[in-house]
Amino acid sequence: MKLHEYQAKQVFADAGIPTPASQLASDVDGAVAAAEEIGYPVAIKAQVQVGGRGKAGGIKLVDDEDEAREAADEILGMDLKGYHVGSVLVEEAVDFTDELYVGITMDRGEGKPVAMVSTKGGVNIEEVAEEDPDAIAREHIDPSFGMHPYQARKAVYDAGVDKAVARDVSNVLMTLYELWDDRDGSDAEINPLMVTADDDVIAADAVMNIDEDALFRQPELAEMEAEAASTGDELEQKADEYGFDYVRLEGNTGIIGNGAGLVMTTLDLVDYYGGEPANFLDVGGGAKADRIANALDMVFSDDNVESVVFNIFGGITRGDEVAKGINEALEQFDEIPKPVVVRLAGTNWEEGMEILNEDLVTVEQTLEDAVQRAVEYAEEVSE
Amino acid sequence: MSVLVDDDTRVVVQGITGGEGKFHAEQMMEYGTNVVAGAVPGKGGQEVNGVPVYDTVHQAVDEENADTSVIFVPPAFAGDAIFESLDSDLDLAVAITEGIPTQDMARVNKRLSETDTRLIGPNCPGLITPGEAKLGILPGNIFSEGNVGLVSRSGTLTYQVVDNLTNRGIGQTTAIGIGGDPIIGTDFVDALELFENDPDTDAIVMCGEIGGEDEEEAAAFIDENVDTPVAGFIAGRTAPPGKRMGHAGAIVSGSGTGTAESKISALNDAGVPVGDTPEEVADHIEEFLA
Repeated sequence: MKLHEYQAKQVFADAGIPTPASQLASDVDGAVAAAEEIGYPVAIKAQVQVGGRGKAGGIKLVDDEDEAREAADEILGMDLKGYHVGSVLVEEAVDFTDELYVGITMDRGEGKPVAMVSTKGGVNIEEVAEEDPDAIAREHIDPSFGMHPYQARKAVYDAGVDKAVARDVSNVLMTLYELWDDRDGSDAEINPLMVTADDDVIAADAVMNIDEDALFRQPELAEMEAEAASTGDELEQKADEYGFDYVRLEGNTGIIGNGAGLVMTTLDLVDYYGGEPANFLDVGGGAKADRIANALDMVFSDDNVESVVFNIFGGITRGDEVAKGINEALEQFDEIPKPVVVRLAGTNWEEGMEILNEDLVTVEQTLEDAVQRAVEYAEEVSE
Repeated sequence: MSVLVDDDTRVVVQGITGGEGKFHAEQMMEYGTNVVAGAVPGKGGQEVNGVPVYDTVHQAVDEENADTSVIFVPPAFAGDAIFESLDSDLDLAVAITEGIPTQDMARVNKRLSETDTRLIGPNCPGLITPGEAKLGILPGNIFSEGNVGLVSRSGTLTYQVVDNLTNRGIGQTTAIGIGGDPIIGTDFVDALELFENDPDTDAIVMCGEIGGEDEEEAAAFIDENVDTPVAGFIAGRTAPPGKRMGHAGAIVSGSGTGTAESKISALNDAGVPVGDTPEEVADHIEEFLA
């Protein structure tokens, strides 16, 4: 789960990390009023969760009311890389002399958190990591002790941060780690951390991704998630409500399965047999009939879908429950919207086959046959 | 022969009184697994299907000589349950639980490095030695006894590939689902080493997926240390970069490693053929065994 910039900034500011004065606005008048209150110049920043907002025209620096009105009007409601901009952050423009990068993430290879500092802030840090890896100082942290202050200092000095601000940057890094740790972060980043002419540091951007699996112990952040999710893709929102792992893709063959690896394999096979996957949808382990019915509803809601392939290999999931769910979902239609191909294997598949209403679906015995049949159906419609 | 588990394995089921724990303890016993105890705080003294339940894993070890635990504890408490198993000097702990916070697993991982216990999982289907014992939730009926070792990050993909093998009359020594989470106990390299050293394993299947660099590391290990023929499968060729496919283990970084392409080419370079379909994986194994 990814917080919006304004949410992450609030979390950072509450913890004591310096951030610029800012206000959220959802209409042009509100944005102008916020700019007047903060004082020009201000930055007007689209609150959507995509990288490269600046390049895409989602961030504008303005010097007076006319410019503020024009920029807010332009940004609010714009489509930024497929995301609708519903609000902007109006923020004090900071005069800076340097831009740093600081971040905390989990190094899965090491199985440990890692703190990162670089003097090459304000740019795409992934590119820096690839082209000039030595420009990023890294310090692994023992998760059972947390970050020691010396480690924060070490990372800051190793990165070559100016001594005049080294202490402040170390403090920001310590605070960032504590936040990451307390709030179950997966990534916490400030890029750029600006250095002013007076040797102050200030977080000009804020990224906070939370481990979804830990939201049960982060109720405050879970509330923010509901707010953050409200500007996403409609189908992905629906998937969130149903609690599915779902990714919408460009193709026309809808895919439903159990287990991430098997669902990805089904996508790959659709591609292999010349079709195009419309989505990734994992119903998860042990899905009962209503969940299966919701999954079908989900996939039918995508206008691009011309056929659906159901690939269930039961372990903890039971074939009879799956069959019941498919029947329930399809029996409510006078006419099935799109052809559905079903392949059931594993736990209780035989019981499932007995229950499954074969007037409503096409049954195939193997994964390969099921995928090929679904691809054929999708092609027939497209022709 | 087998690796890690056989009919002497003495199993304690952590969470045996819960829905999943109870159901799968029964299934394991039906398969022939020697389930000797359950461990659930506050439920000591009860019995579940004739299996005595203790309040702590330590008691199950003291009273029933349990040497292996299978963990069906909800995610919020599962990290602690793994710590308990590590503190009980078990040989093996198998964590089935899905959705354990990553930071909890980072702490477990640290503790794990200080003990002799081996951890499988979390977020895995477990492991099975066909005809002897299964630890976890795998559907026992699709497996068959034989000479192929299998290691996989994905549960249902394991079932699919095993089904393809069994349908051709190719059986398995042991199948291990290592789980797809970012931080896991036993990884590909560990499992490959076990199979390489098992005289009864004549071929190995390795099923990976996008995200992380474990498959690349496994490829390097195979190149240097594995003489047993290995066939691979990588799920997620069509996954768009940057999208999360199911679990956190499946984020494509977009920076070269972690993609299906990079994993497949690393495996190919190590002499491992990678099937385009599960059926093709079975073709390769059949050729190895011919």
